[in-house]
Amino acid sequence: MKKLSSIFFILIGLFLITSIPVLAEEAAQGQSAVAVTTAAPAIPAAQDVKIRLADPSGISTGNTSDITAAKPGSPTTGEITDAIGHNKIAINLMWTLITGFLVMFMQAGFAMVETGFTRAKNVAHTMAMNLMIYPLGMIGFYVCGFAIMFGGMGALGTLGGYAGLDSEFTISLFGKTFGLIGTKGFFLNGVYDVGVFGLFLFQMVFMDTTATIPTGAMAERWKYASFVIYGLLVGSVIYPVFGNWVWGGGWLSTLGSNFGLGHGHVDFAGSSVVHMTGGVIAIVGAKILGARIGKYNADKSPNAIPGHSIPMAVIGTFILAFGWFGFNPGSTLAGTDLRISVIAVNTMLASATGAFAATLWMWWVRGNKPDPSMMCNGMLAGLVAITAPCAFVSAGGAAVIGLISGVLVIEAAFFIERKLRIDDPVGAIAVHGVNGAWGCIALGLLADGTYGDGWNGVAGTVKGLFYGGGSSQLVAEIIGVSANIIYVGIISYIIFKLIDLAIGNRVSPETEIAGLDVPEMGVPGYSGVKLDPHSETPFSR
Amino acid sequence: MKKIEAIIRPEKVDDVLAALEDAGYAGIMITEIKGHGKQKGITQQWRGSEFRISLLPKVKIEIVVKDADVAKITKTVINAAKTGNIGDGKIFIYPVDDAVRIRTDERGDVAI
Repeated sequence: MKKLSSIFFILIGLFLITSIPVLAEEAAQGQSAVAVTTAAPAIPAAQDVKIRLADPSGISTGNTSDITAAKPGSPTTGEITDAIGHNKIAINLMWTLITGFLVMFMQAGFAMVETGFTRAKNVAHTMAMNLMIYPLGMIGFYVCGFAIMFGGMGALGTLGGYAGLDSEFTISLFGKTFGLIGTKGFFLNGVYDVGVFGLFLFQMVFMDTTATIPTGAMAERWKYASFVIYGLLVGSVIYPVFGNWVWGGGWLSTLGSNFGLGHGHVDFAGSSVVHMTGGVIAIVGAKILGARIGKYNADKSPNAIPGHSIPMAVIGTFILAFGWFGFNPGSTLAGTDLRISVIAVNTMLASATGAFAATLWMWWVRGNKPDPSMMCNGMLAGLVAITAPCAFVSAGGAAVIGLISGVLVIEAAFFIERKLRIDDPVGAIAVHGVNGAWGCIALGLLADGTYGDGWNGVAGTVKGLFYGGGSSQLVAEIIGVSANIIYVGIISYIIFKLIDLAIGNRVSPETEIAGLDVPEMGVPGYSGVKLDPHSETPFSR
Repeated sequence: MKKIEAIIRPEKVDDVLAALEDAGYAGIMITEIKGHGKQKGITQQWRGSEFRISLLPKVKIEIVVKDADVAKITKTVINAAKTGNIGDGKIFIYPVDDAVRIRTDERGDVAI
């Protein structure tokens, strides 16, 4: 105690000693400022230069003298407008980067949700996949994914207007041009521009969100070597092609200007581009892998295989919901587009109604317990569904979209488990695939016509069926959803089949029963902890 | 000489120990075990499906007592371990041939 108090007094003493020169300096500054102003008439040129005083309230910090000018303190009109433009792009770029950082953190959320919903004997393997998908996906996106997706997108409107991404491979059908893939920016070569780099970061973390979705649906039986090959291909081939069609100037984005279908396939932040792509890869991969040992009985009825950590899954869900404030509002690529507040509110409303609907549906309608795992799925389902329409719908629209997604995710999870008999340990297909599609269709129904003037080169705002926009926007959304299922379904089927032929997708039954941690990764996730085999083994009802 | 073997709820261990101590019996053995009775475990729910946890954690208490004390000790354990709900456990009573105190070589009732 004596020791502690003496340390405390020494610290206080040190603080006093170090603060004395600061106080002295402040006083000296005040004096010299006075000295300069009184001396000013003697040197006329110095009249324009204001001496910056300490500004504790912050009211007067940032003024004319902060504008870059040939003659400091007296900027010309041109210099002022340059500064305004620079500031606008700076706000946009900063917004894009910071929201991108939030989306990057969603990788931690996915890791926790997926690992919490799987068994203790597989945690090192599930976590390892969630860690490595980030670098593997990024490498693929850097090598060619970014070039394929954005190589032909044209000028970066909100990020400085650089027009170097100008090379799209197109084909002509029915006298119209169909953009298929971009062809500029491989290894980020030839596009050395701050705006492009900001775009790369933001789009890279989006791609990694897609990439990490199948690791949940395919968990507890996927061979690590097969996963690594998938990880390199998802960011370089599977994801960017569909992404180009919607966001990179490809044919789905021009359905409006070419065929008068609304504004083309509109997907604000990625219900189809990101989530549905992940969900379709997940259902194809889980189907090819087959169910986990013990999931289905001889009579084809399913068994419950409880996850090992509800707390981990709930924390992961909150990390994802937090990251979504980057995902959706960030997709303006512009902090100066003040629609961001509407987008953020719509995003949180849908997450709330999604979770609420899911728990009530399990509890009252289905007659089960309220079910924490379905609450998590419900919240994520609401977030996935609002991702496409978040910028185009009213608060009421967002609440309804979330409400429907909460019911949809449960019914879809049961349908996939009990009718299709595809084993998805974490509900990734129901959350991302089914609700990704629902989000796009909801946009075609509920876009309220207050935003999106000129979207995809079509004049007027984005309007859905229920707001007098007719069915053309809805048709464009359905075409986009169908194209996603067909393209992603086929390419991922081919890739998984080829990997299977080459090295095999699935671990041996012995490895699966023992748990993947030691045979696949060399170390148990919970080293030194005795696992209870009875809580790991499902019993039929 | 008899051995009383009681299978009880883990959360009742402290109550039973206290009751036995009050009754003057300090010599007991405890083992953490798993098992199920007629109900064959309990059901839980995960993602809308029920599943059975068939082996539940229980505690086995063993006490060796003089023949004259069997009824009293059995009653003591029952009073302390009972909740009236399914899963309270069981008591088994076995004959014991002999007992030896290792330190002194004493045998029979004095050794317990």
